[in-house]
Amino acid sequence: MALDDNSFSIFLDTIKKFVDNKLIPREQEVEDTNSIPIDIVREMKDIGLFGISIPTKYGGSNLSMEQEVKLTFELGRASPAFRSMAGTNIGIGSQTIVMAGTDKQKNKYLPKFSTGDIIGSFALTEPDSGSDAMSIKTTAKKKGNEYIINGTKRYITNAPIAGVFSVMAKTKDEKSSSSISCFLVDSDLPGITLGKPDKKMGQRGALTSDIIFDNCIVKEDALLGGREGIGFTTAMRVLDKGRLHISGICVGLSERLLNEALKFATSRKQFNEEISNFQLIQSMIADSKAEILAAKGLIISTATMRDKGKNVTLESSCAKLFCSEILGKIADRAVQIHGGAGYMSEYAVERLYRDARLFRIYEGTSQIQQLIIARETIKNFKA
Amino acid sequence: MKILVPVKRVIDYNVKIRVNSEGSAVETNNVKMSMNPFDEIAVEEAVRLKEAGKAEEIIITSVGDKGSQETIRTAFAMGGDRGIHILNDSNTEPLAVAKILKYIVDKEGIDLVILGKQAIDDDSNQTGQMLAALLNWPQATFASKVEVNSSELKVTREIDGGLETLKLNLPCVITTDLRLNEPRYASLPNIMKAKKKQIIEMPISDTGVDSSPRLETLKVEEPAVRSGGRKVADVDELINVLKEEVGII
Repeated sequence: MALDDNSFSIFLDTIKKFVDNKLIPREQEVEDTNSIPIDIVREMKDIGLFGISIPTKYGGSNLSMEQEVKLTFELGRASPAFRSMAGTNIGIGSQTIVMAGTDKQKNKYLPKFSTGDIIGSFALTEPDSGSDAMSIKTTAKKKGNEYIINGTKRYITNAPIAGVFSVMAKTKDEKSSSSISCFLVDSDLPGITLGKPDKKMGQRGALTSDIIFDNCIVKEDALLGGREGIGFTTAMRVLDKGRLHISGICVGLSERLLNEALKFATSRKQFNEEISNFQLIQSMIADSKAEILAAKGLIISTATMRDKGKNVTLESSCAKLFCSEILGKIADRAVQIHGGAGYMSEYAVERLYRDARLFRIYEGTSQIQQLIIARETIKNFKA
Repeated sequence: MKILVPVKRVIDYNVKIRVNSEGSAVETNNVKMSMNPFDEIAVEEAVRLKEAGKAEEIIITSVGDKGSQETIRTAFAMGGDRGIHILNDSNTEPLAVAKILKYIVDKEGIDLVILGKQAIDDDSNQTGQMLAALLNWPQATFASKVEVNSSELKVTREIDGGLETLKLNLPCVITTDLRLNEPRYASLPNIMKAKKKQIIEMPISDTGVDSSPRLETLKVEEPAVRSGGRKVADVDELINVLKEEVGII
């Protein structure tokens, strides 16, 4: 059961105010310190942000997908690093357990995910395995009632602060989805070493790092769902949801960038006029606005489809592709409208432009989305 | 101690206000509404008193159309306990609201009423004062600090040119100023708990208050657009312009 409309609209108000009054004013601090201030994390927990996608039975609020994306339209207006803090608990970190975890696993992790007391982190990517996710080399060898995990995971979001990793590892040799299992590995176990936090182009404050497993021993009950071979397929099922979430964040960030551009364009004067009076500036504003509205429509319609139980693999890939690409364009235009000022760190667009770049890469690159969209479209045509 | 906090549903403070096409009122169709910000401060203060163990129950009330229930629910999510919605689809003037509040105070045995000092829609700044007069209770308006010691209150109020500290006894009326506190956010867990809290709906006629308007709005206008200034070269030119063009010297 999703939250009722009235309650949700109160919550959406909370998020709007939180973004405007708390998050946006602290962005520069996040950029300068490369971390989210502790009091902000505390407030994110208090507000209930970490548990929005977790069933009420486990202390979450179980928002519908439509509600979740409306929330991302607001949350996306602030630096993406803030969202990233709760992103893994909302998305892939928790959803694999919601979808496929045993009762024991659900009871152990989900209540703490809901409150944000534990940060979950999803570990799939490896040094030699990005888009080609099925070629991972990390292994989990069964020995008695334990598994021994060996391998290296790369660019893992929230790894430095996570309490538990959802680790994808091979339990069989051949390259196939059923060879890959998911393990819920507590981050304080022996045999786990974290790399230094990565130095990134943007999204400072959102920490990523390597995780190295060296003969890390986990109990049998760490295996997601208690079954080998379901990890990869579960993760792929969760992706539809993650892609819609990310699409919503892209739209929120696009709106922010357009808003920054509008603020500048309506105050900056050249040739004795506000530059927003010039048609070449207006062209950039118009294109951005039209793209944002189109993106919102696509996201909302896909989210409502998903809420009705329909398969949205095709649609959510379209949303991820379209929304991250328009974000790239809008970020570029926002800098362009600012002119020289847009290249200076003093203006938010310089930072947001760097932040925006990641969205075309993670949660499946634009090229991977294209492959999925083409595959599904051709399949549907032939069917 | 039982606290009553009246909340008003007003146009959201972020919305750009527009006068309707007839020039008779502010346009409220399809406009985002939320709780009057001063009332949020009043709710917050009441919740803090309850958390400090100085109050037992917080009753939230609102006079207005159906939508007011959403505003009451927002106050629930902040910590209000139960609600009374006085249903009235037309505008209720401050005096009528004060009379309705007196009715609730008498009925519920309220010890303390905390109100916003004014609503951001009409800026009347009257209801709290009128209520205190009707109840014949002491009042402390524009509060920036409230301290409660059993039945005695010390209230710091913001006045022209400084602060004034009042001592008053319960029961009494307090109206809140902007700096009294920073209202909390309605958190998702509390919003969900708030769903179980009860709102009693009551048509305005049941209160026995005559709410027929005593004021008539003749016209509502947008503020005059500021015309641009201009620069003068020196004092002589300025004096000349003031004499010849403006005609004030």
